[in-house]
Amino acid sequence: MAHIQLKNISKTFGNHTALTGLDLDIADGEFFVLLGETGAGKTTTLRMIAGLEKPTEGQVFIDGVDVANWGAAERDVALVLQQYSLYPRYTVRENLEFPLKPKIRRLPDAEIKDRVDRAARTLRIEHLLDRKTDRLSGGEMQRVSIGRAIVRKPRVFLMDEPLSALDAKLREALRTELKNLQMQLGATFLFVTHDQIEAMSMGDKVGVLNHGRIVQTGTPHEIYNNPRDTYVASFVGSPPMNLIDGKLVDGRAVMAPLNFELPFAGGAKTGAAADGRPLVFGIRPEDVYLETGAPVEARIHDVENHGVEKILTLRVGDAMLRATVPARTDVEIEQAVRFAWNPDKVVLFDKGSGINLRHAS
Amino acid sequence: MAAVTTSTERSLNKLAIVGVLIVTMIFLAPIYWIASTAFKPRNLATTIPPTVVFQPEISPFVKLFTKRSQLRTAPTPEQYAAAPWWERLVFDGGEKVVRSGRGEVQWSGYPNRFMNSLIVAITSTVLAVGMGTFTAYGFSRFKIKGEQDLLFFILSTRMLPPVVVAIPMFLMYRVVGLNDTHWGLIILYTAFNLSFSVWLMKGFMDEIPKEYEEAALVDGYTRMEAFFKIVLPEAATGIAATAVFCFITAWNEYAFALIMTNRRAQTAPPFIPSQVGSGLPDWTVIAAGTFLFLLPVAIFTFLLRNHLLRGMSFGAIRK
Repeated sequence: MAHIQLKNISKTFGNHTALTGLDLDIADGEFFVLLGETGAGKTTTLRMIAGLEKPTEGQVFIDGVDVANWGAAERDVALVLQQYSLYPRYTVRENLEFPLKPKIRRLPDAEIKDRVDRAARTLRIEHLLDRKTDRLSGGEMQRVSIGRAIVRKPRVFLMDEPLSALDAKLREALRTELKNLQMQLGATFLFVTHDQIEAMSMGDKVGVLNHGRIVQTGTPHEIYNNPRDTYVASFVGSPPMNLIDGKLVDGRAVMAPLNFELPFAGGAKTGAAADGRPLVFGIRPEDVYLETGAPVEARIHDVENHGVEKILTLRVGDAMLRATVPARTDVEIEQAVRFAWNPDKVVLFDKGSGINLRHAS
Repeated sequence: MAAVTTSTERSLNKLAIVGVLIVTMIFLAPIYWIASTAFKPRNLATTIPPTVVFQPEISPFVKLFTKRSQLRTAPTPEQYAAAPWWERLVFDGGEKVVRSGRGEVQWSGYPNRFMNSLIVAITSTVLAVGMGTFTAYGFSRFKIKGEQDLLFFILSTRMLPPVVVAIPMFLMYRVVGLNDTHWGLIILYTAFNLSFSVWLMKGFMDEIPKEYEEAALVDGYTRMEAFFKIVLPEAATGIAATAVFCFITAWNEYAFALIMTNRRAQTAPPFIPSQVGSGLPDWTVIAAGTFLFLLPVAIFTFLLRNHLLRGMSFGAIRK
């Protein structure tokens, strides 16, 4: 188990800058999720910790030791990839034994057998041990990949979108399994994903990466309820946070181009400085509600039925606004409705920089 | 796909099969000619029209492996009775086997030349494919300054027709004493095949996901171990295909073998036509030599045929 620290990491590939000034601190035994879009630099970060890539600048520490000159083999980390981490010519057992047999830390045969059997039991793949890996289903393959990682008891588990190639049902099942496994092992996990649901449901901590920079690090709760900027606000959450341009006038939220007003409760928190300045109001769809007699009128633009709830798209002038409402809400497209928001849940962003005012101060 | 085929489709199919058969026969005709001539008695070898039905015999092969001289008179019955069965075949052809003073059979140059061919072709193939595999791996996995230029440079060694460099090569070889040596030919053929091998193997290497090795690296293996344990087995198909092509090139090479060797290291290709030589050529012997010469390539290709088929279409197939 280990404590991972990245200090001021930059990485360039030719003209392309993958990472800039990245700082990251992953505590011992933490399930840390690195969340970002494709090309944000997640995999590069992971590969740098694994020792497969050297940072152009900055340092990587494992348990306080600078590992700049350590090869991948010496770092004692385990890597689970989206695909291609199993050897097609080997059986499942041979694949699981492989990490236990390198010259630098070859284990006695009895110990190898014991560890493989234990890992197979943990992942419920005992019946597959003698099968060739090209005869496995996607879910089984990914279980074996994880097995390859856990047989070794590495200091850190690095997982590069291990669930992305699987179908929805399996993904959900393995998500729970992985989380349980991590708690059971008490191991440090760094899990890379572009799927914000994975990040929210599994992470003790989440780091949001955008264009090679860490935008925000925090618990899923913090990231969700108090996004640092409009990028995080729109990236995390499904549907994402509504972002509406406007300004504060005497403690009231006035949507500037659209000319509607909503009550606002956060005036005291943000201070008078925000008064009159161009702002972006952020509100989660679940904090927008329909109510007869609510202050603003809108038309129903679209209805998405999700079973337990409905996601409505409301149209106010040219602007669209999402609202998550209970499934029993009975609405039709083009119907006129009135809505309001929960004034306590509104997040204010600076219009120019996109930074959350609460974070800025 | 409809299970029912129309009658036009069926007749088109038949037409295609007939077409393929005709083309196959055209391609196989010279090979049949060689093979059949190798088993013919001498008097049937040059008949017009060619004899198709005949009693096959192996006298051409006996003659191929021995030194012989013309009989002036028929052998005496004692001589004939004392001779082993294969020597009688030579007597029947109007020749006798040349023996030393102590009665040892004098072998022809063919077995030696054949061995030379095997030594040179196999060694140069192993070298070219081996070095090519390593080089291709390097090009495929590491960022190399001027990679494109280097690859082009490697390829450019194939752009000159070999004959152009024959005379300078000959002069250089004479100075360093590589003339008429196995190593001389091996070096030459390896150099020829290397560029081809590098390019072909690079295509195969690029197709092997680098994740395999990276997983091994993270698991505590060195780059070398990962290469031998993971990459090499995955590259088997490519190695087989490349080896077949290199072997065929080295095995069939004629021009340099003719110029660079004459006795010790001479390979079969320049030797076989030299036997046409003086007097009336015995075509059955030449056909026998050629027939045997065809076998190694045929066997090698046959053994690796599955790899070869995938190798030919490499790049087009994604796993």
